[in-house]
Amino acid sequence: MTSGLARTGVIRPDPKDPSPLRIDEVLVRKMLVLFIRDEIAKARLRRAVVGVSGGVDSAVTVALATEALGPANVLGLFTPYRTSSGESHDHALDLSKKFGFALEEVPITEQVDAYFAGVKEKVDKVRVGNKMARERKSIEYDRSWPDGIVLGTSNKTELLLGYGTQFGDMACGINPVGDLYKTQLRELALSIGIPERIVRKPPTAELWEGQTDEGELGFTYAEADLVLYHMVDRRLRPAELVEHGFDAQLVTRIRELVRRNHYKRVMPLIAKLSLRTIGHDFLYPRDWEAD
Amino acid sequence: MSIRIAVAQCAPALGAVKRNLDMHMKWIARAKTAGARLVVFPELSLTGYYLKDLAADVACAADDPQLLPIAEASRELDISAGFVERSADAKLHIAQGHWSGGKLVHIHRKVYLPTYGIFDDGRYFGPGDRFDTYRWAGGTTGVAICEDLWHVSTPYLYAAAGATIVLAPSASPGRGVAEGGDLGTAESCRLMDRFYASYLTVYVVYVNRVGHEDGIAFWGGSEIVAPDGTVAARAPEFDEDLLIGEIDPELVARERARNPLLRDEREDIVLRNIAGRLGLPFDRRD
Repeated sequence: MTSGLARTGVIRPDPKDPSPLRIDEVLVRKMLVLFIRDEIAKARLRRAVVGVSGGVDSAVTVALATEALGPANVLGLFTPYRTSSGESHDHALDLSKKFGFALEEVPITEQVDAYFAGVKEKVDKVRVGNKMARERKSIEYDRSWPDGIVLGTSNKTELLLGYGTQFGDMACGINPVGDLYKTQLRELALSIGIPERIVRKPPTAELWEGQTDEGELGFTYAEADLVLYHMVDRRLRPAELVEHGFDAQLVTRIRELVRRNHYKRVMPLIAKLSLRTIGHDFLYPRDWEAD
Repeated sequence: MSIRIAVAQCAPALGAVKRNLDMHMKWIARAKTAGARLVVFPELSLTGYYLKDLAADVACAADDPQLLPIAEASRELDISAGFVERSADAKLHIAQGHWSGGKLVHIHRKVYLPTYGIFDDGRYFGPGDRFDTYRWAGGTTGVAICEDLWHVSTPYLYAAAGATIVLAPSASPGRGVAEGGDLGTAESCRLMDRFYASYLTVYVVYVNRVGHEDGIAFWGGSEIVAPDGTVAARAPEFDEDLLIGEIDPELVARERARNPLLRDEREDIVLRNIAGRLGLPFDRRD
């Protein structure tokens, strides 16, 4: 790391300039490894459980966990549904071999199909997708007992857009990658040795065949990340972004997704009745008296 | 004759005062072994920083028996440590005590309580209302707790009052990971330390903690910056470290002879300007 004022120039919002998203990967890697190690120790746990889908987010998470805790203390879970691709399976295996953590395969087809077999009405594919995400998470939590923590793999872009299932893929004990936009996470992925074929493939939740994140969202991560960066990190108003040349429809749509899905990012509301209420005015840190 | 000091770049546990006291004793022993005359701990070193409602649970009076082990240990070497002080009128303050020869000799209450962004000090604490200097073997000293140092007037007032040392105990969360620079917070703090040290010709002893609280990392990087702007000693980032450095009064004298900014400072103009703006009476004493 260099000291002193190495950065020069003003950061301007410009739809054609993705450079403000660049990160110091060495520093970020160090901070995230320490975060995983420290917060797991504070919880008096020693293992990490990561749902490894074969995608880049869980690849980065499991690689960092392996570095922080040692491969013997990391369990990767590959939980395919019958529509999951063979490529995802190969990629999960590649990661397990490269980083040395144990990978267990737990298919979820039977239980998901059995549940919906008993449902009379026509089921929307989003419902099936949500059920799959929650099924997977319940398995991760089960496998974390008694001394493990479930690591979250939702990145900042997904969390802000609300592009995830509440109490499904969004659920976790701690999340090391939740403050990295997708673009930044890919950059980090390459620097910590995640194979290019995993980093470069089109992101998908694989909840139904042919689904891709960018196809479903209607914009690319590169576009969304830059808008979100200026809107959230740099606090620019949507109107200011449009003045600087960002597409008005895109900005409005992203801003609306962030607003509408905020409920997914906060704890459930508790009705205030007493003199002191959890979440309202009973405010203790989570690391209360932790080592 | 220079004086050796130690900086305990440690990771206090949140809300566990007894455990933190034991931890302090270990660092104090190490500092003593290293021949230090003073060991400085970071902000709220005895309690942890992001206390929220724990603040009231861990607060105590400055003369509370639970601080006696610190007072006792100060018979061997001076100790500057942080705790939540409950004042006589039951207000809570972020405080830094200086213990020497078995007694508490000075206490500073954090004046500037950051209540924005990731900070919520103003919700849980009351502000201090003064910047007083005090003397110990190392020289005249002022304490600036974390945000206090970010206000230019704080080290200015200390230097104007004769301080040659500014102790800056902090709990600074690391943030800002953009490419092409240092950690954002580190960059700002180092700029500040060097600027104040050089232009006020004082020693700046920046004491930051490490470890995590609720996902927030404290970045360490404690440093002792001399009045000529050189970094006399610097601790690593993110790791615990006992940083040792020397405070040299001769260097202060040499720098002030070479660069007599403080001697030429016109406090009367500063005061008249501010008094005029606030509509306060001001009589110049000649």
